[in-house]
Amino acid sequence: MHETFYDVMRRQGITRRSFLKYCSLAAAALGLGPSFVPKIAHAMETKPRIPVLWLHGLECTCCSESFLRSAHPLAKDVILSMISLDYDDTIMAAAGHQAEAIIEETIEKYDGNYILAVEGNAPLNEDGMYCIIGGKPFVEQLRHAASHAKAIVSWGSCASWGCVQAARPNPTRATPTHMVPGIADKPIIKVPGCPPISEVMTAVITYMLTFEKMPELDRQGRPKMFYSQRIHDKCYRRPHFDAGQFVESFDDEGARKGYCLYKVGCKGPTTYNACSTVRWNGGLSFPIQAGHPCIGCSEDGFWDKGSFYERQTNVKGFGIEASADRIGATSAAIVGGAAAVHAAASVVKHMTSKGNQE
Amino acid sequence: MSVVTTPNGFNLDTSGQRVVVDPVTRIEGHMRCEVNIDENNVIRNAVSTGTMWRGLEVILKGRDPRDAWAFVQRICGVCTGTHALTSVRAVEDALNINIPENANSIRNIMQLSLQVHDHLVHFYHLHALDWVNPVNALKADPKATSALQQKISPKNPRSSPGYFRDVQARIRKFIESGQLGPFKNGYWSNPAYKLPPEADLMAVTHYLEALDFQKDIMTVRTIFGGKDTHPNWLVGGVPCAINMDGVMAAGAPINMERLNLVKSVTDKTIDFIEQVYIPDLLAIASFYKDWMYGGGLASKNLLSYGDIPDRANDYSAENLLMPRGAIINGKLDEVHPVDLRNPDEVQEFVPHSWYAYPDEAKGLHPWDGVTEPNYKLGPNFKGTKTNIQELDEGAKYSWIKAPRWRGHAMEVGPLARYVIGYAQGNKEYVEQVDYVLKALDVPLEAMFSTLGRTAARGLEAKWAAHKQKYFLDKLIANIKAGDTATANSESFDPSTWPAEVKGVGFTEAPRGALGHWIRIKDTRIDNYQCVVPTTWNGSPRDSQGNIGAYEASLLDTKVERPEEPVEILRTLHSFDPCLACSTHVMSEDGEELAEVKVR
Repeated sequence: MHETFYDVMRRQGITRRSFLKYCSLAAAALGLGPSFVPKIAHAMETKPRIPVLWLHGLECTCCSESFLRSAHPLAKDVILSMISLDYDDTIMAAAGHQAEAIIEETIEKYDGNYILAVEGNAPLNEDGMYCIIGGKPFVEQLRHAASHAKAIVSWGSCASWGCVQAARPNPTRATPTHMVPGIADKPIIKVPGCPPISEVMTAVITYMLTFEKMPELDRQGRPKMFYSQRIHDKCYRRPHFDAGQFVESFDDEGARKGYCLYKVGCKGPTTYNACSTVRWNGGLSFPIQAGHPCIGCSEDGFWDKGSFYERQTNVKGFGIEASADRIGATSAAIVGGAAAVHAAASVVKHMTSKGNQE
Repeated sequence: MSVVTTPNGFNLDTSGQRVVVDPVTRIEGHMRCEVNIDENNVIRNAVSTGTMWRGLEVILKGRDPRDAWAFVQRICGVCTGTHALTSVRAVEDALNINIPENANSIRNIMQLSLQVHDHLVHFYHLHALDWVNPVNALKADPKATSALQQKISPKNPRSSPGYFRDVQARIRKFIESGQLGPFKNGYWSNPAYKLPPEADLMAVTHYLEALDFQKDIMTVRTIFGGKDTHPNWLVGGVPCAINMDGVMAAGAPINMERLNLVKSVTDKTIDFIEQVYIPDLLAIASFYKDWMYGGGLASKNLLSYGDIPDRANDYSAENLLMPRGAIINGKLDEVHPVDLRNPDEVQEFVPHSWYAYPDEAKGLHPWDGVTEPNYKLGPNFKGTKTNIQELDEGAKYSWIKAPRWRGHAMEVGPLARYVIGYAQGNKEYVEQVDYVLKALDVPLEAMFSTLGRTAARGLEAKWAAHKQKYFLDKLIANIKAGDTATANSESFDPSTWPAEVKGVGFTEAPRGALGHWIRIKDTRIDNYQCVVPTTWNGSPRDSQGNIGAYEASLLDTKVERPEEPVEILRTLHSFDPCLACSTHVMSEDGEELAEVKVR
């Protein structure tokens, strides 16, 4: 009786031919060859929707909002046809004890076979009562749901790193998922960003559904497919960096020409994310294109690395590895006032990124 | 002891059965609600509790004021941007920074698109399931839905029987799969749902359409702010420089192609609001005209700070397109002026909030606010510290403070703005309100209700979409006149700042009046206070025993089935609660707090 993605497409009048075309587009979008198309098609045709419990701790709901803005696939299609979003207090019809009962039902029915999506994080101070769900600390709900899950997705910088409420002095002791004491030993996928890019969120989900496996993760637990390059590496303004053409102040001549924002504080050189490749809101733009320096919102502790408008001095080497030295030399010569950047970079390299600014 | 009359005129009776709703869902953040109902299932006492606290303001202490917008923007990702705008205004006020005309237009476009987006998503995705029954939609005849659609919105092209049949088939398959997702455990057999099946099908169809469309609205903010959720802002203007026909315009933030996209989205937004949202609102409301509960404070005390400055840098009431003012005791013929700098006007109280003041009988103006968390449960509390069964509203019971305007509990939000604008004779508002009253054939008093709140939100979405177009035209005209400035960087360098300054910034967030008060000392934030819409509406009792807007609105409502509190959800949702906003509150005594809390 489970509805598959293929069922839905067929029912909407989409031909098998169009369906296969969709599958090949999906394969291409994920960087896979044509040999994967039948595999995707098979997965779409046969799978029931996997249950997802989406919990909210201390957060601002920006991750949910971002998820809903996904252009491909549409959030509607993810919710109706790909996953079974059984618990998400932002959009679920049920409230109170009927809402809480769903968590127990899901655990009973799908023990070890649902995905736990975590938005926000758990405060540990005041016995967890800085975040109360159903009269109890959120951290209890989180531990409980985690212990029966197949895998955990830590949405956004809150669940991945702690984010804004964990910025100094972290008054509530807000704690990211993987650091919660007693959290079950389950695979955790971190999808950082404040929020993460909409289409990155839905791509992580569809990847897991399609290939029935976790995406390959880097050492910090982020999907390599989206977090293995710095924003600077693929930034369309990169040629201006290389040429020493910088925005010196907002709305100056350089700002109007789209010059590099490094000198007004851009954190693109130290931020691992897909903003300059996937871009935002259906590939429309990203912060640098709209004239603001990257604030590094997908990095651990980005709130505590000094002002967003201060030039970075802890850059660990620009660009693609092979050419890092050459680019470094070029930039050091041209930047002038920032000539020490790369010299400093090698010194600072081994320092922790936290607490070396203020 | 059973009945107590509050100073603001509400009777509270705690003798009946206690009903608890926790979590209240389809809101932003975490909230709990407890009510007492009498033998006829009528609510006689209401207790609303914010159940989260994040401490953002203590985190802000010592930071660069130019960064504050990014921190406070993370107070809320639903009303994303409105805190950021309020913050840059507060810093600009403190440092006497004037912004270019184009920056004002762009900020207004961003703020207005947020209003439209937030209202639309609220109506369809947070509120609709209080009125609309998706299971009942399966019983609809798609032809009847088509006829209904064509009647209420003749211009809407998506109205054929086949279209509704396809959607119905999709919903049917979804529901029959047994995996109900977000619809699971809803109250679908509750007699409180009144729509005929064809209207349910129409509304569910638009639930899905709106889910697709809402993402397009925000692309406007991606153009100007680089991403959405959480676009980027700038003290002194906007970060998006304009280059219409110069060298490298293609790589500039704003060029002709970008403005065309904004125009295209703005036009489509107006169409969607006018062809889908407003007709649905009126159609659904027409089936619930008898359900006139939920007024609460709306017919008494309303507050709005105003927003959307027509010309840049003039924040006087005359220059604001959204009205500023306060109404007390329902006297619509007397709208009071509001001054956010006056220490006697906006004050916050904590005797029923989980915070400590040196003297809890007194309120404090935000510039002088003190906040220290103090999680304490009263003598009549039931449960344990980490397992709350029943709160004691006679003591502290919420992470929300109690703000008051000249001592009065106030309602804020679209309804407050519309009533204040109406009372001031604002032509656009009067026209809109009269239109909806006529369409539904109800008197003005009908606005003071749950449905009135929901209706005002829809009217405002329409108003905001048109104003978005107005400011886009204004932006283009100004560029045409030769002004392409977007940022004033004169005072961007902190070394140019005075040693000690203070400022206040305000907006009308989708949920109501929002203010940020900042003190800057030696180029760093010395104190940062936010008083936000849900703090007003969701406030607990104050030192005098006045109840807040949520609590007042729930009183005297009949609940069909106490174990299925759809009526409570309806009224709470009509305010569009945003708990992360209301409960971040923290003030200058950060270091002391850190000592207390870090274990």
